[in-house]
Amino acid sequence: MNQSAEELNKIEKKDLFSSGHRACGGCGQALAARLVQDASGENTIACVATGCLEVFSSPYPDPAWRIPFLHSLFENASAVASGVEAAYKALKKGPVNIIAQGGDGSTADIGFQSISGMFERGHNVLYVCYDNEAYMNTGVQRSSFTPFGARTTTTPMGNTTRKKNLPLIAADHGIPYVATATVDDFRDLQRKVKTALSIEGPKYIHILAPCPLGWGHHGELTVQICRLAKDTGLFPVYEIIDGKVTNARKIRVKVPVEEYLKLQGRFSHLFKKGGSPETIAEIQKIANHNIERFNL
Amino acid sequence: MLKQIEGSYAVAETVAKCRPNVISAYPITPQTHIVEELASIVGRGDLDAEYVNVESEFSAASVVLGASAAGARAYSATTSQGLLLMSEVIYCIAGMRLPIVFTIANRAISAPLSIWNDQQDSMALRDAGWIQLHAEDNQEAADLHIQAFKIAEETHLPVMVCMDGFILTHAFEPVDVPGQKEVDSFLPPFRPTNIVDPRWPRGIGLFADPRFYMETRYILHRAMEKSEATIKKVSGDFAKAFGRDSGGFIKTYKLKDADVVVISMGSLVGTIKDLIDQLEEEGKKVGLLQICSYRPFPRKEIYNTLKDKMNIVVVEKSISLGRGGILASDVRWSFPRAEKKDRNISSFIAGLGGRNITKNDLRYMVEKVEKEPVELEFLGLKKELISEKDL
Amino acid sequence: MAAAELLSIAAFKDGKFSQAFPSFGAERVGAPVMAFVRIDDKKIRTREDVQNPDYLIVQDSNLIGSVPVLDGLKPDGLILINSEKKPEELQLKTTAKVETIPATEIALEIIGRPIPNAIMIGAFCTITGLVSLDAVQEAIMGKFPGRVGENNVAALERAREIMQKR
Repeated sequence: MNQSAEELNKIEKKDLFSSGHRACGGCGQALAARLVQDASGENTIACVATGCLEVFSSPYPDPAWRIPFLHSLFENASAVASGVEAAYKALKKGPVNIIAQGGDGSTADIGFQSISGMFERGHNVLYVCYDNEAYMNTGVQRSSFTPFGARTTTTPMGNTTRKKNLPLIAADHGIPYVATATVDDFRDLQRKVKTALSIEGPKYIHILAPCPLGWGHHGELTVQICRLAKDTGLFPVYEIIDGKVTNARKIRVKVPVEEYLKLQGRFSHLFKKGGSPETIAEIQKIANHNIERFNL
Repeated sequence: MLKQIEGSYAVAETVAKCRPNVISAYPITPQTHIVEELASIVGRGDLDAEYVNVESEFSAASVVLGASAAGARAYSATTSQGLLLMSEVIYCIAGMRLPIVFTIANRAISAPLSIWNDQQDSMALRDAGWIQLHAEDNQEAADLHIQAFKIAEETHLPVMVCMDGFILTHAFEPVDVPGQKEVDSFLPPFRPTNIVDPRWPRGIGLFADPRFYMETRYILHRAMEKSEATIKKVSGDFAKAFGRDSGGFIKTYKLKDADVVVISMGSLVGTIKDLIDQLEEEGKKVGLLQICSYRPFPRKEIYNTLKDKMNIVVVEKSISLGRGGILASDVRWSFPRAEKKDRNISSFIAGLGGRNITKNDLRYMVEKVEKEPVELEFLGLKKELISEKDL
Repeated sequence: MAAAELLSIAAFKDGKFSQAFPSFGAERVGAPVMAFVRIDDKKIRTREDVQNPDYLIVQDSNLIGSVPVLDGLKPDGLILINSEKKPEELQLKTTAKVETIPATEIALEIIGRPIPNAIMIGAFCTITGLVSLDAVQEAIMGKFPGRVGENNVAALERAREIMQKR
């Protein structure tokens, strides 16, 4: 399916993920989910894992979903989506866009087995990860996406592990399309969803979706925080097409990580009296490494 | 020290005082406050332990299994989906006779998704070879953890302390959280006997062919039966040391002249006691038999205590789909068929998915069984939500 | 729930038995939340939701139109609402006594954040005398040490002054 550049770059607004759901005010994930579903269109089946998205969007009797929605467990969205895809193949139905969706846990932790299997077997499924860098739904506990130094309820002294790189792990499964995106750039996000859906095989899109409650910032700062995540190098934006990194969003003016960290309550302990310049320096090293690796 | 505290925090503080060496848990509502508080306690250095943040409940159980097999006093907490996900490991832990203690913050099971309380989760694992103790209130929930480590380490059987999710975990009420010295006096350091250690090489978790497997199950079953004595002794010793009754096999309330006996377990027992007092003022005699140890099951106690009672009603927050009440089945089995008596044992299912259970609901239940026995009834069922085509 | 917690801790400090827990009836994530509190001179054993409260504390007056807040309130009960309006202006259909206090505004002024808990509980205790203000103060300082605690206590004082004048 070849779409024109015009079609790819058009911002879609179809309200397939409708308002009136129960997300917190300023939720990055709710915004991202809406953009994803609209970019995909009505011919979509959403296989959603347990998490903020599922909990705030799917309570009986008034779910927000205007497309078919299937939720099973926390850890099996990818496997469930694989099953849906297999059915469509076996019954010679379709084509249909099957989008498995989830957050940190269902992508990289409890669902890791499931997503790896889906990639490895080559199912024609798009997996969208809404990365808010912790287990937000259950109360801000750390995940393998929690960045170094961040405070969560299970890392009250600051996280001591580095963020797992799912996009690269996904790419190393040999899947045809991987992309990262942030929730503030609607056009880019939707373009990537449409591009992914036009490719046969497993696809992975990783979206940075700030959580004002969990990160400790005002909802109005979401856009700024996304920009800083990109301009510090902490969240590189790029595509990996057939194993090759392309379209990396270059940083015009590099910003020191402090500018990003100081806006968020989850890093406030680094700046308090007796703070932690070593941790900040370590975070800067991570940013520098990303900039070099992805040539930002 | 007596304080007004949330159940989860009372449990976390008490568990910390039991000096676990390794804690590993995966957050899941409504257990989260327990594991977060333990992370804080360890993080600020008030407990010297390894706190392993894992990627799923399956791994949490696996981590504590490994830790216990290596000689550490190990602890975890979970509920519902998490317990089911780790069910393979739960069976392993029992089969390996590892004295691990878990908190189960009882919660309903998906699908449909529910984060609210019932006891289907621990019920689903009742056959796995774990001791299952049910807490009536947060004081007992905290106390049972201290007893649990002692029971586990003496019997070499893992123990689940079950407390109703949200109803107990998230309730603020007065709890006397014991001090470190008192806990240390009661609970000696762990002296493991069955561990992997190069000094005494042994294999744990070997492959058993048909010539050997059966006996392992027999031994485990007998160990469960024998643990009754330990459970009772530890509860008695606890009462002497801490000055209050907690745990044990069963407890009774106003049973002596009761015409109707209600059997239940967990926090519902509190509401039942209030109703019993109310009914007493109205001239009705109703009593309660409260089950604390669900596994091993107090069959003899139930029979001996209730053999002269003719009208028994079991109310439980669980169900065996396609069969009926689980606790009710266990109670009915406690009375031998050979005994020729006209005894009614009614079964009510209540509170599934966190459905509120009022004293009025329970009063209706008592009044109904006074008139006739009830084979199986769902208490407070909303008929308006059920259409003909659903059935 | 934080207000319920505060009230239950204060009741405990007054030597009473107290139970506080969140409700899950109309609960929505990030939206209306309800909590229950029981206070008694003897141990509280029941675990039912509170369906016929003697007192109702409404922290968000917007809820009154959209959620059946008054359901079950005892006919001779008391409802305390966080609102700048006078009770008569709210035109509530109830035989219960209605009181209001602009808790959010006071909180913004004294504490600097729109968190009305201490003011609502302070006003409630002043009106009903169920729990002493000293106990509420102790509960606040126990939970929020330092300046945050002091500010909340000052807000508590203001609530007392306002309600005592009525």
